[in-house]
Amino acid sequence: MIVAGIDVGSKFTKVVLVNENREIIGTSNIRTGIDHQKTVEEALNEAFKSAGISKDDVDKFVATGFGKISVPFADSELTQVVAAGKGAYFVWPTVRTVIEVGAEESRAVRVDESGNIKDFALADKCAAGTGSFVDAMVRYLEVPLDEFGRMALEAKEEVPMNAQCVIFAESEVVSLLHSNVPKPEISRAIHGAIADRVASIARRIAIEDDILVIGGLANDIGFIDALKRELGAEVYVPDKFAPELVPALGAALSGL
Amino acid sequence: MEVIQESEYWRWPETVWIDESKNWKEAEVISCGIDLGSVSSQAVIMLDGELYAYSNLRTGSSSSASSEKALGSILEKIGDMKREDIHYIVGTGYGRVSIPFAHKTITEIACHGRGANYIYGSTVRTVLDMGGQDLKAIKIDHRGKVVNFLMNDKCAAGTGRGIEVVADLLSIPITEVGSMSLEVYPDNEPDPVSTTCIVFGKSEILGLIRKGWPKDRILAAFFRSVATRVVELLERVGVESDFAITGGISKNPGVTKRVQDMLGMKALETEYDPQLAGAIGAALFAKALYEKQTGKR
Repeated sequence: MIVAGIDVGSKFTKVVLVNENREIIGTSNIRTGIDHQKTVEEALNEAFKSAGISKDDVDKFVATGFGKISVPFADSELTQVVAAGKGAYFVWPTVRTVIEVGAEESRAVRVDESGNIKDFALADKCAAGTGSFVDAMVRYLEVPLDEFGRMALEAKEEVPMNAQCVIFAESEVVSLLHSNVPKPEISRAIHGAIADRVASIARRIAIEDDILVIGGLANDIGFIDALKRELGAEVYVPDKFAPELVPALGAALSGL
Repeated sequence: MEVIQESEYWRWPETVWIDESKNWKEAEVISCGIDLGSVSSQAVIMLDGELYAYSNLRTGSSSSASSEKALGSILEKIGDMKREDIHYIVGTGYGRVSIPFAHKTITEIACHGRGANYIYGSTVRTVLDMGGQDLKAIKIDHRGKVVNFLMNDKCAAGTGRGIEVVADLLSIPITEVGSMSLEVYPDNEPDPVSTTCIVFGKSEILGLIRKGWPKDRILAAFFRSVATRVVELLERVGVESDFAITGGISKNPGVTKRVQDMLGMKALETEYDPQLAGAIGAALFAKALYEKQTGKR
């Protein structure tokens, strides 16, 4: 038996294929286009290719993510909260708090020792605690995305960021650049601002160890570093599986 | 009132104006108010509590240089007045602590209340100040004294900065977006843009562009959401008549028309530039402080 988990996110669409032994046999991750259905089609084909199978070999399709309605042929749908919790518990069985930071949404999910969802909190009204913040800032700093996170660790001093809003932060970053504040310091300030927002979402549920961060922003080490400081706790990122694919994995596992 | 355009560096015209019919040398008290905002800065000179000259410029990257420029541009236009001739200067606004030559600073809430009272008269009870990076609902008494207020300065939604972002996105001058949005108002008004956040709103607007929506309709959807947010803030503080709007966005009919209609209330009108309310309030406080200092009151 093969199940395809499809996570249609606002920026990227991810597919994870699992078999009845709960083994991951294929994945894909492509940019979400204007036409969501076409994007889903492309993402699936890429995953099939990586697994060496065809669509007919798939027994079940499970959709999640903000664009889950764009998978009309799905056998079932899964909320993002459950997908995050399920996927995180599978890749990190000692997880109790899952923090997912996507392009346009953040959420915190508490799971128990059996992987059941106990509580959750969401933020999707404001870009400040999401990957969009990083997207907007990278443009002003003119540095590649992966370098942007790394350079935060090189900062020698703490520069405060007053703005909470991404739009206001843009102006603030421009004036920091004008006053010759080095880019690593600015990067650290930005990551601090994002972590501050994400931590406030996480604090709405009772945070318990282990804390696992998933979603695209988990790949940003500047953010992970800032979040550790903000929460005053150890924070983990999946080590054997891409953190942005975890919800798609959760969706796939739910179909078994 | 003759308005002389000095320059048009940015999207909205900057202004420096003096009342040629007045002679400042005859004045007993020359007071000055400077409202150093996040996006625009205004300086006002008053002669015995009457408006004499003002400037309205874009705030630059340095607050102190912007305050120098705001006052300097007026003095230059007057010609023979020096900064030392001014008896008292009060700074207000977001950058008020960065005005090196101000004798005192006063919060913009107090100044807007006082300024609205001067501009619109003593019947004003509710002032909506819509600025570059914040939004305030201020309740005042018959003397312009602040009774209560609420403000949003954490989020760009409902601020001038947010409107600039959308104007840029659609490549329409900021001075035209408001009137353009009224081309479909009220009969063909679309549903408001669904997100409050300007960052997410940008994505939503890009989606509308792709769907082929005309720009007037997109702007109508955007300003509908701005107006909704503004009205929510006003309702929390409680709107009492008379009602007046100050700040840069008061010049945007796309917002003011919708806000008035949603409230079912008419905003007062004025011959003054409503963007000057903060600086006028500051100059009036400057006059009072000078008189107190010199024992004239």
